[in-house]
Amino acid sequence: MNKKYDAIIIGAGHNGLTCAGYLAKAGKKVLVLEKRYLVGGATVSEEIVPGFKFATFSYLVSLLRSEVIHDLELVKHGLRMLPFETTLDLAVNGDSLYREPDHYRTYRAIARYSKRDAEAYDDYKLMMRHVIHAVRYLMHHAPPNMDFDANPQALIDLAKHVGTVDKEVLYTLIQLLTISADDFLSQWFETDILKAGLATSGMIGSMVSPKSPGSGLVLLAMYMGEIDGVYRTWRFAKGGTGGVANALAQAARSFGAEIRTNAPVAQLMRHGDEVRGVVLESGEEITADVIVSSLTPQMTYLKLAGEEGLPSDLVQQVKRWNSFGSASKINLALDGVPDFKAMPGYGMHLAGGFNTNVSIDSFERLYDTAKYGDFERHLFIDGGLISFADPDMAPPGKHVMTCFVMYTPYHLRQGTWDERREELGDAVVDTLEHYIPNIRQLIVGRQISTPLDIERLINMSGGNIFQGELRLSQMFLMRPAAGYSGYQTPLHNYYICGSSAHPSGGISGAPGRLAALQILADGKK
Amino acid sequence: MPLPTPFHTRTAPLCESHSWRDWSGYLSPSMYELSFEREYWAIRNAAGVIDISPLFKYDIIGPDAEAMLNRTVTRDMRRCRVGQVFYTPWCDETGDMRHDGNIIRIAADHFRVTTADPMLRWFEDCGYGMDVTITDVSTRYAALALQGPNSRAILKQLTANLDLDTLRYFRMGMGIINEIEVMITRTGFTGDLGYELWVEAQHAEALWDRLMRVGRAYGLLPFGLTVLDMVRVEAGLLLIEVDYIATNHAVIDGQKSNPLEAGLDWAVNFDKGEFIGRKPLLADQERGPEWRLVGLEVDWAELERLWAAVDLRPKVVYRTTSRESVPVYRGGTNGRLQIGQATSHLFSPLLKKYIALATLKTPDATLGSEVDLEMTVEYSRVLAKAKIVQLPFFNPARKRE
Repeated sequence: MNKKYDAIIIGAGHNGLTCAGYLAKAGKKVLVLEKRYLVGGATVSEEIVPGFKFATFSYLVSLLRSEVIHDLELVKHGLRMLPFETTLDLAVNGDSLYREPDHYRTYRAIARYSKRDAEAYDDYKLMMRHVIHAVRYLMHHAPPNMDFDANPQALIDLAKHVGTVDKEVLYTLIQLLTISADDFLSQWFETDILKAGLATSGMIGSMVSPKSPGSGLVLLAMYMGEIDGVYRTWRFAKGGTGGVANALAQAARSFGAEIRTNAPVAQLMRHGDEVRGVVLESGEEITADVIVSSLTPQMTYLKLAGEEGLPSDLVQQVKRWNSFGSASKINLALDGVPDFKAMPGYGMHLAGGFNTNVSIDSFERLYDTAKYGDFERHLFIDGGLISFADPDMAPPGKHVMTCFVMYTPYHLRQGTWDERREELGDAVVDTLEHYIPNIRQLIVGRQISTPLDIERLINMSGGNIFQGELRLSQMFLMRPAAGYSGYQTPLHNYYICGSSAHPSGGISGAPGRLAALQILADGKK
Repeated sequence: MPLPTPFHTRTAPLCESHSWRDWSGYLSPSMYELSFEREYWAIRNAAGVIDISPLFKYDIIGPDAEAMLNRTVTRDMRRCRVGQVFYTPWCDETGDMRHDGNIIRIAADHFRVTTADPMLRWFEDCGYGMDVTITDVSTRYAALALQGPNSRAILKQLTANLDLDTLRYFRMGMGIINEIEVMITRTGFTGDLGYELWVEAQHAEALWDRLMRVGRAYGLLPFGLTVLDMVRVEAGLLLIEVDYIATNHAVIDGQKSNPLEAGLDWAVNFDKGEFIGRKPLLADQERGPEWRLVGLEVDWAELERLWAAVDLRPKVVYRTTSRESVPVYRGGTNGRLQIGQATSHLFSPLLKKYIALATLKTPDATLGSEVDLEMTVEYSRVLAKAKIVQLPFFNPARKRE
């Protein structure tokens, strides 16, 4: 039997590391166990092609809470947030829309299509700012206990907060949560490429289309970020998103946490309803007062804990938990600079993001095909050249391109992802070539991660990037299961801290932080 | 890069300082020379010209044009005769100011509105269902503001067909300059005698060349945004996003102002019938607005006193308007209470006083009373005794004569 810890965190993703950092900072003896050879989970950077560093999965940062950055002193531990300021939306027919920080250049870019929309863009941004400001409360509070008599304060606080929200903002929020991104955006805009470009935020990582009710919720979730007090800003992290994980790991270590990689956990050590430790796949047993899982509900409950002794309603919900991925990630190593047909040459746009096949109808068609278990050949790609923000990601003059590809469903009707992985890679290159004619000749290496690969490599069941679809039935009081929201589990001393807990996915550190606060509060009782 | 205006080929070679500003996405000289002094005095003592093409311009045409504008803005547009120009704010449903601008009545059913911000969507929405067409003509017309005591004499040399002696303040006439049709309005942002010239963009360079050739004998100089920002404070004219925040840019309600609070009560006509924001404005009028826009003056003796404390002469000249807002207090150093803020302030080279546009709590905004304006003297924050004075600070008779 190994030495005893106050807490063991299973999984060194950003939430596991955040949780570890907070617990260690509070003086707890913490051990983090990671199955892979490096920390980060879905927040890793790896040198797959020699000389080129890929942000293997996640690639941008926006949601990372300011509290996490400052409480854990992440700047001291190497966190650097580099500019990511522009978006180039590209349509198949050659239309393009370039949005950038300068107000009047963006105004004119939109005004080429519609002056009304160019003016409405400001109004939209201001309204979304109000909505984000109102919802921000949820990023810092665990879902309340709905039993009013048992714990009135959390419900009272929530009601008080809702009461302070401007009514127009509240009604807009209700719309956003219930209608589709397309319907929502059509209240401001008439231009397809602008609506579709904005609607992409309502599709990210989720099996919804702009016209699906519920895409408004995804849009809101993607808007919840803020950097240095400015809402809706996105950044590249120095070193890719692995840079965030490394800073979190350094911070946790500086507070005394121990992190072991290549240490996959096989199961919990249980004594009835009490969890006393973990058993590694190597057979090693490690005990601790508290065990925290940062994994998906399926892993947390069905694999690690085992169904036995768990409430049957929880088991049923976990089995039905929708975490089927629809997004793939393709990273390209490039020998030179891509040349966009819509914006030829060198420029600031290369340091930002681009979207392909941008139109509401295109997205609907892509979604339809994915719904029936296939993927289109001309894809929606949310791309970017991280090496323009951080030249250290590639050899001098060379680049890495991240391609986040939507509507590539986990369940294929024909064949398997193992058979069709390269076909997807080829479709991505074909798609890119339509917008970037020189792309093919630049590619010197590529990495393809399908939903199946995401599941296999980092145990994200189903491959969903948020550890579970962002839909109203899987959020807040229902995340990860109705009656089992928050960070405690029905098993004593067993907690959850991953993206499948409130307030859900994205590199926010919020579930990790809130879980740590819950654990520390419980420890004081 | 911001866009060039239609005058760029002429203004760029003259812009010796290479000091440009971004005005609504257009390259605009901040000042032409390395010192702003000559440009400033040209406006007040001879004549100056500034390229104001970046303004947004909208044609509002149709049988319902008057009715549409009348329900949109706070002034009574029925009283705006053909050939007349009205300055007016317009509000949201809350009565808070969305924007302000000049409206030129070109014909009974034809108005042209000039604004600092894009306003097409707002106007279209205000005219929904009415028999009116709203067209953005911002890039169709280039514009110059010719300002200063010699502006009329210069303009007389340019245009023979228009009697400038009878063209009254805030009136419009059509002139012919070099066979080019130029709409001339006796308006400006300087509070001085002055005209604004509106011309189709393809004639911009020809107009500039003719104007500069004739103007030289009268001391005409081109001027930039830096001195415009000085003279407009002397003229007591508000700048959007500086002295008030448009409702569609305000993040919290506290940032909004209504016209009564912004010193524009004279431009609100409650008798003309329904208009956007009328009810809340009327209620505010009856209740008495919480804030008032005032002018503050710190006289020379006070400046002497403040700097004498550190054995310096007053260090106020060669500085331009500061848009960094500073607090205004009452009660002196002990027990001081903030009663508002000064949003634009400068030492006026002409008036030889430190002047400020300030928004104060109404009970403290009485004309003639004394308040404390925060100033910085050698790194220290000090309180300067300032007097609340009638706006505008500078109001020469020639402006209206």
